[in-house]
Amino acid sequence: MNAKWIGASAGRVASVLCLLALLLPALAFASDRVPKPVIDIANPGKCVEDTALMRREHPDLLKHQRDLTMHEGIRTKKYSLKACVQCHASKTTGSVLGEKGFCQSCHAYASVQIDCFNCHEAKPKPASGGNP
Amino acid sequence: MSENANDGLSRRGFLAISAATLGGVMLAPGIRLIEIAGARAPDEPASKNVRWGLLIDTNKCTPGCDDCVKACATENGLKSTGHPRTEPQWIRKVEVKDTRSGRGNSVPVMCQHCEHPPCVDVCPTGASFKRDDGIVLVDRHICIGCRYCIMACPYKARSIVFQAITGQNADVPRGNGCAEGCTLCVHRVDRNEQPACVEACTRAGHNAMVFGDLNDPQSEIAQRVAKYASTHIRADLELNPGVRYQGL
Repeated sequence: MNAKWIGASAGRVASVLCLLALLLPALAFASDRVPKPVIDIANPGKCVEDTALMRREHPDLLKHQRDLTMHEGIRTKKYSLKACVQCHASKTTGSVLGEKGFCQSCHAYASVQIDCFNCHEAKPKPASGGNP
Repeated sequence: MSENANDGLSRRGFLAISAATLGGVMLAPGIRLIEIAGARAPDEPASKNVRWGLLIDTNKCTPGCDDCVKACATENGLKSTGHPRTEPQWIRKVEVKDTRSGRGNSVPVMCQHCEHPPCVDVCPTGASFKRDDGIVLVDRHICIGCRYCIMACPYKARSIVFQAITGQNADVPRGNGCAEGCTLCVHRVDRNEQPACVEACTRAGHNAMVFGDLNDPQSEIAQRVAKYASTHIRADLELNPGVRYQGL
């Protein structure tokens, strides 16, 4: 087996994987057997970025903001977790967690742990104000 | 990173700008809006030119009074776990006594926010760090709960959280398995307020604590440090803490 052949086959496998990765979510959503996440937006309006970008990039945006806030004391609201919770908390439970919570329902569907709320509060702060 | 265009000149931003303009102006002879003049915008990083500090006048601190401890617990969401021996402790009252003269002092002790913090030296992950304005913090995102900082701190100012926590104060995220200690109420300082302990002490009329910028010669704390004798706890360690004590 020569190196060229390995390279070519690796390329083929990668392209198949890419295709699968693109198709799978579509297939999953198409199937009725798979329970879909509840995307219930309590306060419909404009998020800080496009929905597509938010879906893909929100962990990175949050992580970037977290380091700025923690280490430099920059407390802009745009990408802060507190601002997310403020807007996305359910009107019934008051939280982003719970079976139908904005964060948890999707994370449960995608099988990705959310560690944020081991430390951060999942309910918005009462109206008294303050910084994110 | 900036706020939305709509927020470009928010009410707060406007107030900050007007305050900054006003702050330089003498309101009356000797009275300046020093606190507000030093105001920092939310998108501005903590400045290297600032050194936040506390001056505690032990002569004014009454034995048995725990107003500062209670205010700290309320502000930072420190609730009783039912296990008092392992409860995190951000600030505690220590009663000291000179055995020869019998003179006693009551001293609130919290993280001393050292210029050369041993907790930062020993931290294997870089979670324990000193912010540019001198506030020593734990980045819980990086903390692995190894407890080195707890052992290294000569002031016993760090604790570890043993239980899962719910219902935190939204400004003060904290959780199981991380080291923590006094943050000098960094979330309040960042919005140009005083730490909760200082506010409580002043509100109760004790006036034993002063918070401010040690580097600003105009600030009350710097003026008092320049005028009256004050010392550090364990000054022999030469850690140059930001917390100073008067009357010890």
